[in-house]
Amino acid sequence: MTINAQSKSHSSPAVEFKSSTFSVPVLSLASNDLVLIEQSLSEKVKLAPEFFKHSPVIIDLSEVNKKQLVIDFGNLVTSVRKADLFVIGVRGGTEQQHQDAIDLGIPVNTSQSNVEAKPENTKNSKSIKAPADDEVSENESTTVMITKPIRSGQRVYSHGDLIVLAQVGAGAEILAEGNIHVYGSLRGRALAGVQGNTEARIFCSDLQAELISIAGNYKISDDIQGAISNTPIQIYLQKNTLVIKPIV
Amino acid sequence: MARIIVVTSGKGGVGKTTTSAAISMGLAKKGHKTVVIDFDVGLRNLDLIMGCERRVVYDIINVINGEASLNQALIRDKNCNLLSILPASQTRNKDALTQEGVGKILEELAKDFKYIVCDSPAGIEQGAHLAMYFADDAFVVTNPEVSSVRDSDRMLGLLSSKSRRAERGEEPIKEYLLLSRYSPERVKSGEMLSLDDVQEILSLHLLGVIPESKSVLTSSNSGMPVILDEKSDAGQAYADIVARYLGENKPHRFIDDKSGFFRKLFGGK
Repeated sequence: MTINAQSKSHSSPAVEFKSSTFSVPVLSLASNDLVLIEQSLSEKVKLAPEFFKHSPVIIDLSEVNKKQLVIDFGNLVTSVRKADLFVIGVRGGTEQQHQDAIDLGIPVNTSQSNVEAKPENTKNSKSIKAPADDEVSENESTTVMITKPIRSGQRVYSHGDLIVLAQVGAGAEILAEGNIHVYGSLRGRALAGVQGNTEARIFCSDLQAELISIAGNYKISDDIQGAISNTPIQIYLQKNTLVIKPIV
Repeated sequence: MARIIVVTSGKGGVGKTTTSAAISMGLAKKGHKTVVIDFDVGLRNLDLIMGCERRVVYDIINVINGEASLNQALIRDKNCNLLSILPASQTRNKDALTQEGVGKILEELAKDFKYIVCDSPAGIEQGAHLAMYFADDAFVVTNPEVSSVRDSDRMLGLLSSKSRRAERGEEPIKEYLLLSRYSPERVKSGEMLSLDDVQEILSLHLLGVIPESKSVLTSSNSGMPVILDEKSDAGQAYADIVARYLGENKPHRFIDDKSGFFRKLFGGK
């Protein structure tokens, strides 16, 4: 029942290009202290080892560069690798950092406006990012509506909003680039704004979720304990923190 | 039009084979020509519970491989001549089942029988997949216990996405809940999930509650489907289930402790 990437392929016998979208965490750096970075990374990973295991990440260097902190990209990748994360892209870096990334075989992501990127780099990053962008714009306003229970093990993806009129079972996963509304019990995982939309919200009438996430900021059920189940609530992002609040 | 019923659960040991034996016997007793197929290749049990293990000559794998005809492999039940059994193979493994082979067998059986009951193996591998792939109705057997409920939920997900009806975009499989090994006393004392707890997670159409009963084990061991034991509570529960499935309106029983009190009072089993 996965409602996922449609193929827009030019049929070819050996290979086929398919457009598909992925939700990838972006690691935003606020410091250039590698020891500190390693430390906080391993703490984060410990919180949800399964979630992070071999997870791909994109490194966002815009914050450190704004503060004009110097960081060596090669060493940074080694540090991130120690936390068992795979760097699959970089954005917001300087020309030198982007060149280092290319040399390491890591694509440069230019979806954020980045004047410094060379045309050559743009081409490189397109191979990963461009199809996804295409699809988003095409299906910008698609809302997916599900009227039947989403069972354990099922995944539903929406390019826009996602409305579920039944329950979401434990072990199920619902993802939307926009908002998520669940009118039954939400027991599985709900990820809104998976393409980075920090304005996305999750609305549900009975929160018992295993995990909730907006634009990559997430909470697992241990963290949401104490939040009231069986009450209509909304979840939104405020200063990079998830806020769980009853709808009055 | 034959109706294909899959008896499934995901989890093992919840009563799939007991249920398959009971409802197929029940349907046949009501006058419908029924066949029950054991999909648990490698661990065949159904013939034991149906009491026909000594009459197994050919099995479903022989039929798929063209080593025997369907009529040679089908075993006529000795209690009810409207009921036939297609046993599983003890010596092969589940990979011997092919979608094409199973499809062909079901097509052929559909010409002759009114109901085809598929006894699914536990798990979600090939055997379980093929047992449910062609189904029209699914009897989801669940125990009032968290892991069983979770596995049933997973199975329901597969029923709605990996079946032939789902792939062809036809009307989805009709799903029914059979809550087995239910003990109102233990629910009361908080040891067991209640019917409401289970329904909160699965929200399915309840076909019936089968109480935990000694008669299930004695019937299985003697090779008589429990539904033939009309005095036992489990036998009555299965009779109700068959009647409800066929559209009769029967109130649900064995959910509350009350019946237990009367049972004790009158010394029934």
